[in-house]
Amino acid sequence: MWIKRHKKLRKAGVLGLNERNVSYISRYNKRENFPLVDNKLKTKKAATAVKLPVPELLGVIASPAQLKTLPALLKDHQSFVIKPARGSGGKGILVVSHREGEQFFKPSGALLTNNAIRHYVSNILSGVYSLGGKPDVAFIETLVHGDQVLDKYSHEGLPDIRIIVFQGFPVMAMLRCPTSDSDGKANLHQGAVGVGLDITCGTALKAVQNDKIISHHPDTGVKFSDLAIPNWRKLLQLAGHCHDFTELGYLGCDIVLDKTRGPLILEVNARPGLFIQIASGIGLRSRLQNIENLVQKDWHVDSRIDYALTHFSSNTKTN
Amino acid sequence: MSSRAQVYLLALVFISAGIGLTLYKNVALNFPLSPGSLTRVWDVEAKVTFWATQQPIIVDLALPQSQDAYQVLDETFASSGYGFDIRNGDEQRRATWTRRNAGGQQTLYYKLKIARQGASPAPSAPPTATQIPDKLIWTPAQEATAATLITQARALSANPTSFATQLLKLLKQHESIKSSHSLNDPRKRISQANLALQLLSRAEVDSHIVRGISLADRVHNQTATELVEIYDGKNWHIVDPVKANFGLPKDFFIWQRGGDSLLQLEGGRRSKIRFSFIANDLPSKNIALMHAEEPNSALIDFNIYSLPVEKQAVFKLLLLVPIGALVVVLFRVLIGIRTSGTFMPVLIAMAFMQTTLLTGVGLLTALVIVGLWIRSYLSQLDLLMVSRIAAVLIVVVILMAVFSVISHKLGLDLMLNMTFFPMVILAWTIERLSITWEEDGAREVAVQGLGSLTVAIVAYLAMTNALVGHLTYNFPELLLAVLGIILLLGQYSGYRLNEFFRFQSALE
Repeated sequence: MWIKRHKKLRKAGVLGLNERNVSYISRYNKRENFPLVDNKLKTKKAATAVKLPVPELLGVIASPAQLKTLPALLKDHQSFVIKPARGSGGKGILVVSHREGEQFFKPSGALLTNNAIRHYVSNILSGVYSLGGKPDVAFIETLVHGDQVLDKYSHEGLPDIRIIVFQGFPVMAMLRCPTSDSDGKANLHQGAVGVGLDITCGTALKAVQNDKIISHHPDTGVKFSDLAIPNWRKLLQLAGHCHDFTELGYLGCDIVLDKTRGPLILEVNARPGLFIQIASGIGLRSRLQNIENLVQKDWHVDSRIDYALTHFSSNTKTN
Repeated sequence: MSSRAQVYLLALVFISAGIGLTLYKNVALNFPLSPGSLTRVWDVEAKVTFWATQQPIIVDLALPQSQDAYQVLDETFASSGYGFDIRNGDEQRRATWTRRNAGGQQTLYYKLKIARQGASPAPSAPPTATQIPDKLIWTPAQEATAATLITQARALSANPTSFATQLLKLLKQHESIKSSHSLNDPRKRISQANLALQLLSRAEVDSHIVRGISLADRVHNQTATELVEIYDGKNWHIVDPVKANFGLPKDFFIWQRGGDSLLQLEGGRRSKIRFSFIANDLPSKNIALMHAEEPNSALIDFNIYSLPVEKQAVFKLLLLVPIGALVVVLFRVLIGIRTSGTFMPVLIAMAFMQTTLLTGVGLLTALVIVGLWIRSYLSQLDLLMVSRIAAVLIVVVILMAVFSVISHKLGLDLMLNMTFFPMVILAWTIERLSITWEEDGAREVAVQGLGSLTVAIVAYLAMTNALVGHLTYNFPELLLAVLGIILLLGQYSGYRLNEFFRFQSALE
């Protein structure tokens, strides 16, 4: 039975965690490039430096002494997001969707006082959300207002698009839609829906929630099969640029669609998960090996995208 | 050379070196590969009790020495409040406990570990010629009886040994007839052995008393047995004064040969000495090495055995850690079990080794559940992280103390070992699990908690396995092989067992 399953997975070209770690992450991602992406604030600054669009940075609280500047920082903003720079897996993100004077409200309607926010930030600083409890930095950015195209595929939170980029070539993509199960977070382990996207055109392949294939969004009831991401090539370009400024060979790029500004880079992940294979129903290995076998290196972003568009169609199997 | 090739080469070198050295030690140096071939080791406890009478106290106890049949491996003295010294006299080792003043019941302990040796239990000559014991002053009637017995025995025997046999038989006969005049003074009785000694000294046969103990497993409060040893002009012979047969009884450990007394006490009354025994079967090699004076190989010389015994015990535990680490690597790389903290299960497994498995699992679960509950309350208080973890730590310590006291009152002393749980790690685990609970839900906490527990239990089973313990301790070079295996596993790029299920839906 095991051998049969093993053969099937092998044949489908499914990448396992061990192989991802040994053959891709440790081989193509240099240790020295990790700090840039493990710290979202650094990623944001580096992306801004090469003129890539990111949610606007409103302020940074780097030490407990700066906590008293917090009210001044937030004064002019109706909505904002507070994030720990080193939070892993979307941990520790506080979204304030609107405020009334000194009263702040989460998207769920929960009330936060000035003090609660201050305490939250001090928790971030002491490292509650960072790996190993290292002291961290909190930053505040504008709340992204999602594009209407994707609104109906999400409950409360903001859907984001994960694109796996290998040596600069976009190889696989999926949309992560928050549900009421996932409490408005785009976290697949908590019940967010993963929608595999055709890397060539940004249309839905299939949708998976909690490892089960579904056809409609569990909260909004919208059919996934009609889903198409507008301006798909622009997203692929952003993802391709992530490779250039992070110098990571194997990365996952998280993009959100802003109502007015279009696609924005949210963060870059040096250890992207493998759920994307389940959401797409496609194994990663053949695509990765296809790129590994290329003789020519140093392609321009656009030619890399063209290569992906011609070779990684979900209908034609590549080897 | 590519990194992959280097790993394979290193792994090959480590594994072959580890296994090669092990085989060499096994074949050439006769180290047994299995924990079999055991030698019986006796833990003997001598308990001296007496009633102190508020005077300066001197307790003087004869100590045993290594003999042909038994080897003294280790000895310890427990005597709080007493000064202690060992005197190596001309032929006797004696321990002296001294104290200026004490009253009431006193107890002193002397413990030793002895191992049986292969040599035949033939007693060799005593260190020096022994003096004939002081003759007791007997009444003329007693003297006359003694003379009669000696004359009778001499007539019925041919040499000193047969004389001794006959004399002892006659003595026994004489003493068992109630009507006759006993040689033993009813107001000041002496033992049969001493009585025999008195007769032998009157017959001018060199003799002395031999005190010892009959070893039997799990026997408590045994008294010392007295035998008589006589000299036939060439050799010494041990004879049982009651049964009158020669030779050392089976499992008899000689405590003292000759000498005045086993125990002398000044400043107290009603002194008693009682012996208790526990038998253990230990690998013969360990025992041989415990007193090996000339290691015949550098492998042994530069080895853990050359360390002091208590350090060896520490290493014995340390050498098991790589096995625990191997278990963790296997579970994470091959099976894909999620644990809370990478090597936390190893530390938990080591704690289990002290508490035993079931108590350990129960205690740990109780600690973590109560800890999580308290942590969930603390999180409402909006504390800073460091103080919160410190608070959890203190709560863990208090819980341990409470559990210990309660279990002690209930008579469950096993639970007292819970201090071996790594408290700081526990506090961190509680904190982590609690954050996981808030961020990823209770299901993830259950997955990680059960995962950690499973790995810890398997690591515990591996680390307490007798064969594993034997191999890691006696063949530390096998750790190289473990290292090689772990290096190979570090290169393993196949599927994890759980991925067979996880990616099932990817195929549909």
